[in-house]
Amino acid sequence: MRLDGIAAICLASLLAFMPVRAQELDLLSMIEPEEQPVERVRNAFKATRVINGHSIEMLAGGVLDFRILHRFGRLNDGSYELFGLDQASIRLGLDYGINDWLTVGVGRSTFRKEIDGLVKAKLVWQTSGGKSFPFSVVAVEGITMNTLKFADPERTNYFSSRLAYYHQLIIGRKFSDRISFQLSPTMVHRNLVDSFSTRHDLFALGAGGRIKITNRLAFTFDFFPVLDNWIHDTDYNHPLSVGFDIETGGHVFQLHFTNTRGMDERAFITDTEGRWSDGDIHFGFNISRVFTLGHGKDGRK
Amino acid sequence: MSWGCICLVLLLSLSAGALAQDKYYTRNGKVFFNCGTSLETIKATNPGASCVLVAATGQFQAAVLMKSFEFDKDLMEQHFNENYVESDKFPKAVYAGHVVDIAAVDFTSPGRYDVGLKGKLTLHGVTREVEAPGEIEVQDGKVLVKVSFRVRLEDYGITRPGVVRDKIAEVAEVKVDMELQPMAGRP
Repeated sequence: MRLDGIAAICLASLLAFMPVRAQELDLLSMIEPEEQPVERVRNAFKATRVINGHSIEMLAGGVLDFRILHRFGRLNDGSYELFGLDQASIRLGLDYGINDWLTVGVGRSTFRKEIDGLVKAKLVWQTSGGKSFPFSVVAVEGITMNTLKFADPERTNYFSSRLAYYHQLIIGRKFSDRISFQLSPTMVHRNLVDSFSTRHDLFALGAGGRIKITNRLAFTFDFFPVLDNWIHDTDYNHPLSVGFDIETGGHVFQLHFTNTRGMDERAFITDTEGRWSDGDIHFGFNISRVFTLGHGKDGRK
Repeated sequence: MSWGCICLVLLLSLSAGALAQDKYYTRNGKVFFNCGTSLETIKATNPGASCVLVAATGQFQAAVLMKSFEFDKDLMEQHFNENYVESDKFPKAVYAGHVVDIAAVDFTSPGRYDVGLKGKLTLHGVTREVEAPGEIEVQDGKVLVKVSFRVRLEDYGITRPGVVRDKIAEVAEVKVDMELQPMAGRP
């Protein structure tokens, strides 16, 4: 009996010294679900493009993205051309998110007066929580049409000669709040090439990443080494771009330096004329402005 | 502190069955906030608030996952999580406190009571005292809780950058609307 009394006092004093906080936390932990909810990892990149290449980010359903891309001339053109700023090449594009995993887009570039169309689908989402999955997989199919007048109107010209296609798979991961990285094996097929010895199909292994510096500023790079240079001893330049993403209210500004004027996959993989080592560097920027048109959010939960 | 001790001893002295009857909870309460101005509509709803109310003591706790706030505009939701509340770093907002005038509430028969809540709100890694007016409505087998309070963004270290300063209100209006059920049958 007496022992019981002592035990009770001990217990009471123990309880008295238990921090109130622990007791408070207990209440909510009582109703915590056994399984952590599965959560899609989002915002690996600020925009749907790393710089030139597609990123693993998708537009949400019902969102229209108006993209204005500029590439200026080369820095090594010197002061007469104001380091390239006198010449601008643009691509105007519209992308639309049909739903959270499917985006379609069109664009028109100054370079080769090219029109391009694309379909982009998120096949696998990186998730965290209960059932986590380590990376995202995105597939992109694109078609480009060169609308320049045919060089030689005398010979038989086919419409199909204007077309090229690209197929791309992107495997990427948001490693942390700050760091994201992705690989994007890409194949470009051109219906018409310059000469007999030029190959119709080209393979490139894209790599892109970002490092967030602050919440609204990130360092980005993307690099598309053309594998055919090693496989078939061709002589393509590898497009390399480095830049910064700056975000304000509804805009994302991407400012960068690159050795290509191309702003679609066909153009920057097969048509990169500049070399970083020779100073053939173009200043450029992408502006993305999004408009929410519908409420196509289907996969939010 | 001693009050908490007395409560605990009191609680412990009750049988397990009575203890379970004593608590009300939900995992899908609604938290709504409005932080807009005439220039921009900024509203979001979180349908997944969890909450526990201890009828005997008035102890009240609630939590929401910041990422579960749903906005009309996806980009706004992205910015909310990435730039303002930094959901990866601070995934939850938690309120822990008690209903001041719980003694007046009769949980055994239907009725409606104006009450006051006193406690601490932890948001964006900052904890501050928050007192809020609320309403408890006892219905057949459930308890409806409504609370509203204001959150000054600066108080919680949430900054509004110059370019969007005019679009975001200094103070967010928060409304909580929850339907609690008895915790009987739960451990």
